[in-house]
Amino acid sequence: MIWTSFDDFLNMGGYGLYVWGSYGATLVVMLAEVMMTRRRLQTARQSAARENAA
Amino acid sequence: MSHVLLSVTRRDLLLARRRQVEALLPLGFFVVAAGLFPIGVGPEAHLLRQMAPGVVWVCALLAAMLSVTQMFASDHQDGSLEQMLLSPQPLVGIVLGKVFAHWLSSGLPLVLASPLLGVLFDMHRESIAWLALSLLMGTPILSLLGAVGAALTLGLRSGAALVFLLVLPLTIPALIFGTGAVLAVDGGQSPQAHLSLLGALLIVTGLGAPWATAAALRISMD
Amino acid sequence: MKNTTPKPGLRWSTFSAPSRFYALAGRVVPWLWAVSVVLGLAGLYVGLLVAPTDATQHDSYRVIFIHVPAAILSMLLYLALAFWAAWGWIFNARMASMYARALAPTGAMFTFVALWTGALWGKPTWGTWWVWDARITSEFILLLLYVGYIALTEAIDDVRRSAHAGALLALVGVVNIPIIYFSVRWWNTLHQGSTIKMTGTSMHQTMQLAMWLMMFSFWAYSFAIAFTRSRAIVLEQESDTEWVKALGAAPSEGKA
Repeated sequence: MIWTSFDDFLNMGGYGLYVWGSYGATLVVMLAEVMMTRRRLQTARQSAARENAA
Repeated sequence: MSHVLLSVTRRDLLLARRRQVEALLPLGFFVVAAGLFPIGVGPEAHLLRQMAPGVVWVCALLAAMLSVTQMFASDHQDGSLEQMLLSPQPLVGIVLGKVFAHWLSSGLPLVLASPLLGVLFDMHRESIAWLALSLLMGTPILSLLGAVGAALTLGLRSGAALVFLLVLPLTIPALIFGTGAVLAVDGGQSPQAHLSLLGALLIVTGLGAPWATAAALRISMD
Repeated sequence: MKNTTPKPGLRWSTFSAPSRFYALAGRVVPWLWAVSVVLGLAGLYVGLLVAPTDATQHDSYRVIFIHVPAAILSMLLYLALAFWAAWGWIFNARMASMYARALAPTGAMFTFVALWTGALWGKPTWGTWWVWDARITSEFILLLLYVGYIALTEAIDDVRRSAHAGALLALVGVVNIPIIYFSVRWWNTLHQGSTIKMTGTSMHQTMQLAMWLMMFSFWAYSFAIAFTRSRAIVLEQESDTEWVKALGAAPSEGKA
């Protein structure tokens, strides 16, 4: 572990905005993709269920 | 094949002549759009001369895309495109004929109008000549690539807008080499390298695009 | 559909039937997520907590642990997309076309991430958010190719026409990528654009490790998402088949 304190870690040597802006945006985008994809599969399954009931 | 090509070209040109105003729209757009830049950016000659090759080329790209769906749209609507696909004539020859007609009616006028725009942008005489030459070599590439896009988006509601999105990224190499040639001349260097690459691009596109267009037509019409 | 000659073991055609793909992918996906998360956490640990501060770029360089894997995947996924789309077109293999379609949004996502993180890396390093460097410009054009593919396939209602048109477009794109990259490189060097140098010629071992861990994490992620999305597409496109209808009768399978 190269950081001496949690504050140092967050600060990233002054580049916190850029580093966390990158990691944060990536995380958000990936989570959004995961949620949207799972919802799409769920909706498709529900449609199949409705087809079968019909 | 050349017989098919020329007769299709003649036919398409005849049809375009009947809708002359429509055929002139790309040219009108070209002049208007390019003409807006000096007004928007300011009349400083030095700045205009620097941006001229890029602006003229980009406006030519956009103008060429405007009319590209016309290559197949009306034939698709009245059923003659289907006949063309069923005919024993090579589809690639028919496509080439249509591309040639498109270039003659939409591309060549841009080449001929470019010196006028060169003057508007206060370009040097030599630069204007090279600009026109670069467009002479580049506009056929635009027609060829546009044909692929038009064939892929045949009959789609958003077809015209889609063609822009699909084709313009593919025209970027032509844009780079075309404007690069003129910028080289402006910088006192030879445009030979750029024009050679542009020529190579024209040949490669001329060989590949008609085939891809024919394949796309079959996909769209099945 | 496929010949039913009994053969032991796995055949290529095992995966070509949408129903079989659906079942198989469903079983594999949880493992892919597990791999992705484990590798990702390991990569984040090494990249953010272990790798030393760089001499020239200090700590802003850590962006590359996302930027480079994302860029690599954006290109890999496009090649995979074009491959499977072409396969689906040539062999009329529906599953291949569906899989290609499933890859596109993820590829576009990684391209966006590559551009975004590239900008956040560029600002502290070269002073501007955007640089028309050859690679960034090519990456931007790649994003346009992805968007074009998605726009075209979504605009065509007929499944078969959509799949085949997408395949042709993807192939045209793949063929153009070297041409585009070459022309952009040419353009960039002529205009003396800034050449982006990586952090030194040899990266510290921990930096390399972090990069590889993140790369494989993203790769596993891509498989997991693509498989999940494919399953959704399979249900959507095969909705009038017996097995899909039968699926609707069965109790819910639980987590994706």
